[in-house]
Amino acid sequence: MILGIDVGGTHTDAVLIESGRIRKTAKVTTSPDRIVDSLSGIAQDLLKGESLEKIQRIVLSTTLSTNAIVQNKVDPVGLLVISGPGLSPSHFEIGGNTRFLSGYVNHRGIETAPIDPAEVTRFHEEFLRKGLKHVGIVGKFSTRNPNQELQVEKSIHNGLDHVSLGHRMSGHLNFPRRVATTYLNEAVWERYSSFVRQVISFFQGLGLSVPVYILKADGGTFEIQHSVEFPVYTILSGPAASIMGILSMTPDNKNDAIALDIGGTTTDIAVFADGVPLLEAFGVTMENHKTLIRGLRSKPVGIGGDSMVYVKDGQILIGPERKGPAAAFDGPCPTPTDAMIFLGLTDIGNRSKAEKAVQSIAEIMGITVQEAAEIIFENTCEKIALHVHSVIEEINNQPVYTIHELLEGKKISPKILYIIGGPAKPMSTRLGQLLGCPVCVPSYYEVANAIGTALARTTAELTILADTEQGTMTIGEEGIQEKLPSRFTREDAIETGRRMLRERALRLGARAEDLEIEVIEDQEFNMVRDFYMTGKNIRVKLQVKPGLIAGFKTGELS
Amino acid sequence: MKKARKTGLIFFPAFDWAISPTHPEREERLLYTQDQVFEEGLLDLENIIEYKPSIASYSDINRVHFCVPDARAVTTESHLIAAGGAITAAEKVMNKEVDNAFALVRPPGHHAMLVVHGARGFCNVNMEAIMIEYIRHHYGHRRIAVVDTDCHHGDGTQDIYWNDPDTLCISIHQDGRTLYPGSGFHEEFGGPNALGTTLNIPLPPRTSDEGFLHVLDKAILPILSEFKPDLIINSAGQDNHFSDPITDMRFSAQGYAILNDRLSPDIAVLEGGYSIEKALPYVNVGIILAMAGLDYSHVREPEYNPSRFRQSEEISSQVAREAEEIYELWSRRNELRERMIGDAKYMKRRKGVYYDTDGISEQQETIVRICSDCGGVVMVNSRSDLGNHIFAVTIPWNACRECRREGESAYDKAQKKDGYQHIYLQDKDRDLYLVK
Repeated sequence: MILGIDVGGTHTDAVLIESGRIRKTAKVTTSPDRIVDSLSGIAQDLLKGESLEKIQRIVLSTTLSTNAIVQNKVDPVGLLVISGPGLSPSHFEIGGNTRFLSGYVNHRGIETAPIDPAEVTRFHEEFLRKGLKHVGIVGKFSTRNPNQELQVEKSIHNGLDHVSLGHRMSGHLNFPRRVATTYLNEAVWERYSSFVRQVISFFQGLGLSVPVYILKADGGTFEIQHSVEFPVYTILSGPAASIMGILSMTPDNKNDAIALDIGGTTTDIAVFADGVPLLEAFGVTMENHKTLIRGLRSKPVGIGGDSMVYVKDGQILIGPERKGPAAAFDGPCPTPTDAMIFLGLTDIGNRSKAEKAVQSIAEIMGITVQEAAEIIFENTCEKIALHVHSVIEEINNQPVYTIHELLEGKKISPKILYIIGGPAKPMSTRLGQLLGCPVCVPSYYEVANAIGTALARTTAELTILADTEQGTMTIGEEGIQEKLPSRFTREDAIETGRRMLRERALRLGARAEDLEIEVIEDQEFNMVRDFYMTGKNIRVKLQVKPGLIAGFKTGELS
Repeated sequence: MKKARKTGLIFFPAFDWAISPTHPEREERLLYTQDQVFEEGLLDLENIIEYKPSIASYSDINRVHFCVPDARAVTTESHLIAAGGAITAAEKVMNKEVDNAFALVRPPGHHAMLVVHGARGFCNVNMEAIMIEYIRHHYGHRRIAVVDTDCHHGDGTQDIYWNDPDTLCISIHQDGRTLYPGSGFHEEFGGPNALGTTLNIPLPPRTSDEGFLHVLDKAILPILSEFKPDLIINSAGQDNHFSDPITDMRFSAQGYAILNDRLSPDIAVLEGGYSIEKALPYVNVGIILAMAGLDYSHVREPEYNPSRFRQSEEISSQVAREAEEIYELWSRRNELRERMIGDAKYMKRRKGVYYDTDGISEQQETIVRICSDCGGVVMVNSRSDLGNHIFAVTIPWNACRECRREGESAYDKAQKKDGYQHIYLQDKDRDLYLVK
C-alpha cells in the first residue's frame, strides 16, 4: 500500500492506494499553523483499521516552505556573494545581510581573481557578532567551478548552524536566481528541518519504517532525510501534485494536452507535451523571487469558482478578487459558482441563495436572472480559455538558439483538455467547446493532489561541462571539478552523465526500476584559438524526468 | 540613476551554423556571450524582453540587393534568420513594444553590397539594409542614420546607400591602410545626389576608449543632430576590442557601453567581433545594459587594466584632427556637391570588388542620373569572374517622374542578347522586383 498526503493551503487530501486501486480517500481543512498536526491527523484517520505492515511507501507534499516564505517566517541569512564584474551588485542584495567578496571565476570556470581570506574572516566575524546562524555562499559561474565557494565555506564553518552553497542548487546558469535560491534554502532550513524531525518521529511512533518521500516542485520526489539539505526544492509542490495526479488518472496520455485545476480563487494552467508535463524554462518564481528551482510549468490566473462577480460601467466583471465562498454557501457576494447552481449545471449549495445573488447582478444590468447567469458563466469560461491560449502562445514563442529548432521545433497543439477542481464538471463542456478539444474530468479529481503525490517517482538532474582544452570536467550539482582523461568525447560525457545521474538519483531515494534517464541537452563546440583547434567544449544535461513510479502506468487509476 | 528603457533582445547564436569548422564565423562564436547573458540574469530583468527572430523572405532581400543569380543561391537559412532577427528588432521598436532593440544575431552582413555575387568579409546579405528597407516598406519612408562601429569599414552598407540622401552612413573603423577591406577614407563621401551622407572616420591602430569617445562627441553626435534622423542604427561590430585576434584597436567593454549610452541607438545589430571569449561576453552585456538604461559601470573584462591600454599622445592628436576634419567635410557637403556635379547630367563610377570569402572578382560600372528631386535612378552593369554578367536598375524611394521613366525604359531596353544573363529592376516605391 502507498500512502499519499498533500497538505495544501486550504485542504489536506490523503489517499491510500493498494494494488493499483484507490482504497480510501480523505479530505480535511488544513490548519496552516499546525501542518504536522494536519498531516498526522489525516494519516491516523486513513490508516485506522489498516494493517500497517502492508504500507510500502509514504509520500508527502507540503506547503511548509511555501508558507514560511509567503508569511515571511524565515530566519535571517548572511549572504556571501562573489559577484565579480557585470551587473551592479545592488541586484543581488536580499534580506539585509548581503556582503560582497572579492574573487571571480569566468564563464569557462577559470579563476581570474582570488578570494581574499582576510575579507572572508571579517564578514564571518561580523555575522557571528550579529547572531546570524545561517549563511549562503554564492559565486558567479560557481556551477562552472565551485572551488571558490568551497574555499569560503571551509574558512567559515565555525559557529554556524548551516551553510548553503550556490553551486549545489542547480546546474543552470543565472547568478541572480542562484543567489535568491540559496538565500531561500537557508532562510527556511531551520523550520523545515524541525518539520522533518517531527514527521519522522510521527511515523516511527506508528511503527512505520518504510521510506518517506517529499514531493518537489518538479513533480518528483526525494527521500525525506535528503530533503533536509534542500528544503527550497519543496516550494510550490502543490501545483506539481495536481499535475502528477492528472497524469496518473488519464489513460493514453501521449498527446499534447492542457490541464486545468479550477479552484476557488485561481485556476492553474499546466501543459503536457506528448504526455509529459512541461517544466519552467529557468525555474519557479516565488513571491517575486525568481529561482533556479526546477518546477512544473503552471500558470495561476485570477479566476475561480468563488471569484467575486460585480458590475462596473455597465459590464459584468469576474475576479480576480475572492471575497469568500459562493453566496449559495453563505458567502458575501455572487460568484460563478452561484451562476452554475442557478443554471442547474450543479446541485450543490443553497439554490435560492444562489439565485438571489445572481438576481442582484441582473437588476443592475436590467436583464433577467437567466440572462445574467448565462453571461457570468460564459465570461468565466471565456476568460479561462483566453488565458489558456496565451499560455500556449508563450510556450510556442519561446526563443531557441539553433536553426534546426527554429525551423523544425515542436509546436504545442493540445489534443485533450483535463479539468480538475470544484467546478470541473459544470464547466467542462463549455471549456471544451471554447478550446476545441475533447474534455476529460478524471474520476478521483477531488483528491488528485494526494494521488499525484503518492505515485510520483524520484527525479534528479545533472549537468556536465567538459572543456578538453583545459582538461577539466565540472559537475555543478555535485560540486565536482576533476581532470579529464585524454580523448574525452561527447559520447564519454553522456556515458559519465548517465552513470553519475543514476548514482545521484539512487542516493536521493530513487528505486532502480524508476530510473528513466534522458539527455535533455547535448552540445559540442570546437574551440579554436588563433586559427587552431585547441579543444572541445562539451555540454551535456540529463534528467530523470517527472513521471509515475514503476508499476503505475499513466491513466492506471482512471 | 538613469531612466530604465524597455529593450528588446533578439538573441540568435545559430549554434548549428559555421562558414567552416575553424572559421571565426563558427558555432562557438556566441557561446560565451550566451553564458554571460544567462549568468548575469539579464533576461529576467523586467525591462529586457527576449524575442524569437522571424525568418526574412527573399522579397525582403530583393528590396535591397541584386543577388546573382538570385537570393536563394547566395543565402543559407542562417542568413534569413539573422536578417529576420534584425527585422524583428525593428518591428518591436516601430510598434512601440519596446524603446529600443538589439539583434544579437549571426552571421554579420555589413560587407554585403548592392550587387551580391557571393560572400565577402564573412557577409552574404546586409542585415541592416534589409531591415531599413523593411521599415520603409511597412512603416513609411524614414530618414535613417547607420553608425557602423565595427572595426572594419562598413563598405557594404556604404555601397547600398551611396546614392541615398536619406540614409546617413557613418563608419568608424581602423584605418583601411592597415586592415580589410582597405577602404573607408574621407574621399568616399557619397554619390552626386547624396554627397555627405556617406562619412568615413578611419582611426589609427591602437586607438583606445578615449579616442573613440572623442570622435563620437566631437563629430558623430553633432553630425547626427544636424542630420536629424528618425531612427539611429548601430551596426554594432565588436572587433575594436583590445583582445580581438584579427584587428589592432584598444576599445574596451566599458567603452562600448558608454558609446551606446551616448549614441542611444534605436536598433543595434551585431556585426563582427571574434574575440569570442575575452571580449564578446562583456561587450554584449555592456551594450545591453546601456541600451536598457541600467547601470553598466561594473561591466569590465576580468583582465582589463586601463593603464595598459592608454593611447599615446600622438594617437590622441591624430584622432582629434580626424574628428575636426570629418566635421568640417560634413559642413561643406553642399558646396562640394555643386563643385562635383558642375553641369553633368549623369555620373559614372567604375570599381572592382573582391569577394574574399568566396574568392570571386567583380567588375562594376554604375551610372546615376543627377537629380535634385530624388535620389536618382541608378543603373548597374556588373560582371564576375564566374562568368555572370548582369544589368540592374534601382528606382529610388520618392522617385521623380523623370528618374522613374528612365529607369523603366532602361530595364525595358536591356536585352539578354546584349550579353546579360540576368536583368533586374528594383522599384522601391512600388515594392517591385522584376527579373528577366
